[in-house]
Amino acid sequence: MTSADTNGRKVAPWLAAYSAMVYAFLYLPILVLVIYSFNGQGIGGFPPRGWTLNWYSILFADAGLWSTVLNSLLVAIAGVGISIGLGLPAALALDRTGFPGKAIFRRIVLLPLILPGIITGLSLLMFFVAAGMKLSLRTIVLGHGTALISVATTEIFAGLQKLDRAQEEASLDLGANHWKTFCRVTLPNLRVSIIAAALLIFTLSMDEIAVSFFLIGRENTLPLEIWSRLRRGITPELNAISTLILLFSIALIVLWYRLRTRTERGSQTAPALTPAGM
Amino acid sequence: MSMYTRAYKAAVAVPPLLWVVVFLLLPYSILFCYSFWSVSPLQVIVHSWNFDNYRELLHNPIYALVLFRSMRIATTVTLLALALGYPLAYCLSFFATKRKDLLYQLVIIPLWVSYLVRGYAWKTILGSDGVLNGFLQYFHLTRHPVEFFLYSPFAVILTLTHIYTPFTFLPIYASLEHIPRNLVEASHDLGASPFKTFWRVVFPLSIPGVLAGATFAFVLTLGDFLAPLLVGGPSGIMISNIVVSLFGAAYNWPLGAAISLCMLLLVVGLLTAVERLEKKLSYS
Repeated sequence: MTSADTNGRKVAPWLAAYSAMVYAFLYLPILVLVIYSFNGQGIGGFPPRGWTLNWYSILFADAGLWSTVLNSLLVAIAGVGISIGLGLPAALALDRTGFPGKAIFRRIVLLPLILPGIITGLSLLMFFVAAGMKLSLRTIVLGHGTALISVATTEIFAGLQKLDRAQEEASLDLGANHWKTFCRVTLPNLRVSIIAAALLIFTLSMDEIAVSFFLIGRENTLPLEIWSRLRRGITPELNAISTLILLFSIALIVLWYRLRTRTERGSQTAPALTPAGM
Repeated sequence: MSMYTRAYKAAVAVPPLLWVVVFLLLPYSILFCYSFWSVSPLQVIVHSWNFDNYRELLHNPIYALVLFRSMRIATTVTLLALALGYPLAYCLSFFATKRKDLLYQLVIIPLWVSYLVRGYAWKTILGSDGVLNGFLQYFHLTRHPVEFFLYSPFAVILTLTHIYTPFTFLPIYASLEHIPRNLVEASHDLGASPFKTFWRVVFPLSIPGVLAGATFAFVLTLGDFLAPLLVGGPSGIMISNIVVSLFGAAYNWPLGAAISLCMLLLVVGLLTAVERLEKKLSYS
């Protein structure tokens, strides 16, 4: 990304203004949400009055909500394990090997990325029913893991593309077998990609609703708990938890992005963060 | 690639393949089977194979109605998201120098941050006691709360546009970044106006990104059921909401499966068509 990009041309004022408007559109609702989590008069009305931390103190006393936070954390960690555990070999297979049916393999692995969550969720529901499995956090973990393999594959694949094959070839030439080469050469080089993928999958799993909606047993995850409370009515406490979720997600996403672009150092273009780059 | 032995290939390809077969293909097959079954009056799912569900979908007008409404909403959201995302991507890619990285991060943050939080934000803003109405009344722009802001297709479109604009931005930005700048320079040097350069050089090369973004936005909007439940109200129901109720209170899993299967085929068909189109329109 050099300054030669713009050829010294200035941006047209209308384009700059329009872009600023788009940013405003993207952030204004979020800002309103955060501001009103401190509003003494609750969620509506204008202008906000009576700055208070009341809603946050109610939130922190709400044990029921925090137990669902714990559930979500457990599910997310397990989900990361499954996604990366399977996404890593899938990425390797797609990047390095050719085999009959590779194109179909790629399509199927990436399908949950673009398919609306409801279809994946319902299919898994019918599958679990047919298999006689009871719905629980375990089924949610399986659902998240399956749905997010595609994210892991995409992320790690992008990292593999940047990898220098010569190092691996040298290792193999020097007599190490594939497994040793993988552990000593490939994996360390992929470390940043894998951590970045883990962060992203963690964040997505913590927020996942569409698939979880159908696989929920007796224990709720955080988004589904918020959802069920929403159905009963809006409370400012929800603004407070939303603000916290926001801050947490932003931190993770910024971290993920920094790691992601670290692997892009030296390249002229920004990382393609969607499967369009595959 | 003689570097990779058959053992290697098997080791990397088989585990994910196995998982995907068990937890994706098998479930989709079961979905397929369910769509041909029916539910007895005693609320038991009967494994008798028939086309009743599909006949119901074709004959009962409500399904086609809601499907078309969903497609209209999805098209509107896609067009709006493109209208917002493309200029932003163009501005960032071609004119942002010093703070390009930061500006880019500012776009992807809403992308990955909670769908629920953003939907909830709109719900609190658009309601009759909400922030927007409060704002309008405070400045005496209106005297009574405006009702149609919330619980309407308008609210659904607004919320989903908000959610999917970053989705369209990303691939468009990526494809714009890939355009060699010397092409643009050459066009300017040869005397073309900025608009002509854009229309004849930049835009055609960005079409793959536009198609990718549009496909994402359209498909995911079409299958969305959360936004209608949050802000849609009775008039904002979309096709996935019908499916949700069939798996809930309306208890007709086979019919729900039939609709889901149709959606699945529609999405796969659309993806294939877009892929073919992209190959035709691509310049590389």
